[in-house]
Amino acid sequence: MEIPISYYLILSSALFAIGTVGVLIRRNAIIIFMSIEMMLNAVNLSLVAFSDLHRSIDGQMLVFFVMVVAAAEVAVGLALIYVIFRNKGNVYVDELNIMKW
Amino acid sequence: MNLPLLIGVMVVKILVVFVVFLTTIAYVVLMERKVLGFIQFRYGPNRVGPWGLLQPLADALKLIFKEDFTPPGANRFLFVLAPVIVGLTAFLPLAVIPFADKILPDTLTIYGQKLDLTVASLNRGVIADVNIGLLYIFAVASMAVYGAVIGGWSSNNKYSLLGALRLSAQMISYELALGLSVIGVLMIAGTLSLVKIVEAQQHMWFIVYQPLGFILFLTAAFAECARTPFDLIECENELVAGYQTEYSSMKWGLLMMGEYGHVVIASALTTTLFLGGWQGPFLPPVVWFLLKTFILIFFFIWVRGTFPRFRFDQLMYFGWKVLLPLSLVNILLTGIIMLYMPR
Amino acid sequence: MQIIFFLLAATALISGIMVVIQVNPVRSALFLVLNFFALAAIYLLANAQFIAAIQIIVYAGAIMVLFLFVIMLLNLRQPEEGGAHRHLGQKIFGSSLATAVIALVIYKVFRMIVPPGKPLTPDFGSTEMVAKSLFTDYLLPFEMTSILLLVAVVGAVILARSKVE
Repeated sequence: MEIPISYYLILSSALFAIGTVGVLIRRNAIIIFMSIEMMLNAVNLSLVAFSDLHRSIDGQMLVFFVMVVAAAEVAVGLALIYVIFRNKGNVYVDELNIMKW
Repeated sequence: MNLPLLIGVMVVKILVVFVVFLTTIAYVVLMERKVLGFIQFRYGPNRVGPWGLLQPLADALKLIFKEDFTPPGANRFLFVLAPVIVGLTAFLPLAVIPFADKILPDTLTIYGQKLDLTVASLNRGVIADVNIGLLYIFAVASMAVYGAVIGGWSSNNKYSLLGALRLSAQMISYELALGLSVIGVLMIAGTLSLVKIVEAQQHMWFIVYQPLGFILFLTAAFAECARTPFDLIECENELVAGYQTEYSSMKWGLLMMGEYGHVVIASALTTTLFLGGWQGPFLPPVVWFLLKTFILIFFFIWVRGTFPRFRFDQLMYFGWKVLLPLSLVNILLTGIIMLYMPR
Repeated sequence: MQIIFFLLAATALISGIMVVIQVNPVRSALFLVLNFFALAAIYLLANAQFIAAIQIIVYAGAIMVLFLFVIMLLNLRQPEEGGAHRHLGQKIFGSSLATAVIALVIYKVFRMIVPPGKPLTPDFGSTEMVAKSLFTDYLLPFEMTSILLLVAVVGAVILARSKVE
């Protein structure tokens, strides 16, 4: 019994929305970063679902590349957060106002 | 097609494999103490039962009756979760490792019902023949680090935390070399299914084609199991017992079972990938499989008895600057040879 | 099949919400791992075995361990001072935006015309099929990802190294 594509899409959008809320309301940069990962995963889910619907492997290839980009992004992003922590002593995004005039 | 009976057969098969695995773990602990005793010119356990054969039972009884202590300030849920993860990741890879060719006939009659056992490879000597078998094992193995990290963090103890940090760095570093060193085998066999990898070794074991890959894989497996000479997470003089420091009673027992379970799984996997799995003349397949696995387990213990421990910077240097480049060279050489020397 | 999907979807949603509302970063990270596991199982339902396996290996096994590693390194155990969340306005704005996204997708999904399903080939989503596609149609992007990863490694090392005089 196949699962309708709409279920996948609704789940995907819900996860994406949860990730958006996380990015918007949290102060801790690491949790914001994790929420971004969740949004990437939500997109991956809809790609896999469409790949299954059309029986075409291209969607899964895109997921593969998203994962590669996510891995690179996490490596650089966490290094950035680490540097911020070393310089400021915390990682709260609303206290990172040194670029403000 | 009788689904409940088929599921029953499946459950019995899983239970038999699992019980044999648990017994193996218990006796590997005894074997290690005996062999270490032999290496160090002493007897090892010899008081409980003949030649100390009942020692595992006595150890288990002792652990069950010990006080189960949770340190104050510890996160109770995560503190319990960590040994469970360590145990699970040691048991789960068992599902895809083939230990024999055929263990049951194609059809079986139970209570007058004729069962077709070719369904879900019930008649084969493997619990699940999945086409991503090796990837599944790597996925489970990459989960093992969570057990240590969660255990170390939730213990609320600086030695535990340091041990956990060391272990996670070590396991992430050596996972790369572990994964890359088997790619040569995958290139020759052309499949990720462990059953098919064993079948591809019918004429020649892969250790002959992949001597460098074998050595690299075994070295990385030592580090993944955190065994001597890579057991920095629990070097007593620096870290007490690493992430296990605060654990006691059966929680510690589960951590111990996980540790030896990883050794058994690593040996069984090396056997499957490089030493032809259950293949061999004269003796039944299961005996061949167990024989090869136990020779490798003995090698693990032998190394523990003879090698000193690495320093942490040496460990990192070795993993990133020796093992990783060598496994890449191995892939390159395998590719060149496969291209210019068609079999 | 559908019952399994609903269970997994519920796990994914609840763990996703927990990621956002937990005050302790370690717990957030662990719930995110659970979320990734649920998604990997859903990928299996959608005939993507290879993607499911690398979802666990890459996301749960490497990326989240890195997150946990950094959280422990920075020792962010104590809850954030001054509250975990920012202003009330942001909360209202964020939640309404999220609701709008979900509502829009649901609205579109029920007006969508789904093409008829095609028959499933036995090797669909297997490692061989992904690999064939990767090394033929997608060879250029694949090679470019290696440069991307190299750049990321160099960048991370330079950013995180201790000050060298």
